[in-house]
Amino acid sequence: MSDWKPTASVENLHKRAAIFADIRRYFAEQQVLEVDTAVLSQCAVSDPFIDSLDVAFRGHPDASAEMCYLQTSPEYAMKRLLAAGSGSIYQMGKVFRNGEEGRYHNPEFTMLEWYRLGFDDKNLMDDVERLVRLVLGIGPIRRCTYAEIFMEKLEVDLQEISTAQLADVMRQHVEVNMDPDDRDGWLNLLMSHVIEPLLKEEPVFITDYPASQSALARIKTNTDGQLTASRFELFVNGIELANGYHELTDPTEQQHRLEADQRSRKQLGLPQRPLEQRLVSALAGGLPDCAGVALGVDRLIMLALQAEHIEEVIPFTFRNA
Amino acid sequence: MAYSANQLKNGLKVMLEGDPCTMQDVEFVKPGKGQAFTRVKMRNLMTGRVWERTFKSNESVEGADVMDRDMEYLYFDGELYHFMVPVTFEQYGADATAVGDAAKWLKENDVCMVTLWNDNPIAVTVGNFVELEVTETDPGIKGDTAQGGSKPATLATGAVVKVPLFIEQGDILKIDTRSGEYVSRA
Repeated sequence: MSDWKPTASVENLHKRAAIFADIRRYFAEQQVLEVDTAVLSQCAVSDPFIDSLDVAFRGHPDASAEMCYLQTSPEYAMKRLLAAGSGSIYQMGKVFRNGEEGRYHNPEFTMLEWYRLGFDDKNLMDDVERLVRLVLGIGPIRRCTYAEIFMEKLEVDLQEISTAQLADVMRQHVEVNMDPDDRDGWLNLLMSHVIEPLLKEEPVFITDYPASQSALARIKTNTDGQLTASRFELFVNGIELANGYHELTDPTEQQHRLEADQRSRKQLGLPQRPLEQRLVSALAGGLPDCAGVALGVDRLIMLALQAEHIEEVIPFTFRNA
Repeated sequence: MAYSANQLKNGLKVMLEGDPCTMQDVEFVKPGKGQAFTRVKMRNLMTGRVWERTFKSNESVEGADVMDRDMEYLYFDGELYHFMVPVTFEQYGADATAVGDAAKWLKENDVCMVTLWNDNPIAVTVGNFVELEVTETDPGIKGDTAQGGSKPATLATGAVVKVPLFIEQGDILKIDTRSGEYVSRA
């Protein structure tokens, strides 16, 4: 085999290691505890559009297989630690997502996830901004709501526009076959295919996502009286770099969202997987008020090194591993 | 043969809207919480239209039987341009629509690339440079190799290009077929 060599240069691997060290130093100075939760779990993430890799565990070589799942983020496990009184924590390690492979995607990648006690989404954006500016050496990061960015880039008023009109706007840019009534689907398409490429000029936090895209963020009423999610995403160079929430702490609402995800999965013909009920129990036990964020470390390194493809910053891609 | 979204790649030929199309700039798009798509810049091989199309991960698209073959240009019979595959001597006749702008640069016995769809020629691509004889131009101005200025010259294929003033009838010229510009004397 002639393809034994790493896809990243040794020079880039030195720079990668230096960024890892910067990140760990930042959290040590902030007195945030490093943790390393299990990557292999009996439960899977509920999000319909995040697909877990499944793994067959056998108690001994002849035993029948128990299906396990490689974690797509350490979120559930870290929240169980928070509920157990860990205080603010961070984790930097491998996570796995099935079906994700491309210039900015490798099915196995390094995620940095952290939780800050007593922070809301705004305080946490300040924290993300400090760390990202430290690594990338960039200036202050603009903040802009989801509704504002749609108005600015597409002249679309999300309070007024119908789903059919959203589909028309999308088709002016890119042709697609999609369920005409799937409003969040059209919003996601416009964000990922049209707006994101227009965010190259300056780094930006997009805040106040629609309540229907809250994932595990709290829902609040904004100044216009609209329900929005306390969720933000960070884009640098038009690349989605981090996703954060003022965390949902209500166990009943958590249970409802897990079940709603499971119902969407069923409607979409996606696999039904065991839900993490221990997360609901942890919230019932008392998740402290906190905000949390997940950041793609390989993408952060790509930005720092101005790499064109994720393969330039990781030792071996999935196809070489 | 049908391709699923994760098999799409640059250069793949597929059927869309009843026409063969080629894929350029294939990119995987997957927001953290959103659906996965494969975004492709498409080119319709019949009309030349270029547009963007994005495919859901569970979508599939029918392949098109399109292939590019190197062929020797033989002659024009007034209706069809005739080409031959050098090794097998198979011959193909292409109409003016398929040949398009390449007609200006087709010289007998030159090798060019013919795109076949279901074994019928739909496009002809000539090399980046071609050498053609000047059949008509104003008399050359001797020694005027350094001065600027240009004049039209008609080439053996009927194409008209701008050439420097010193070029004579009967000269063989090297032309860049992408820009249609004179490069040098051959």
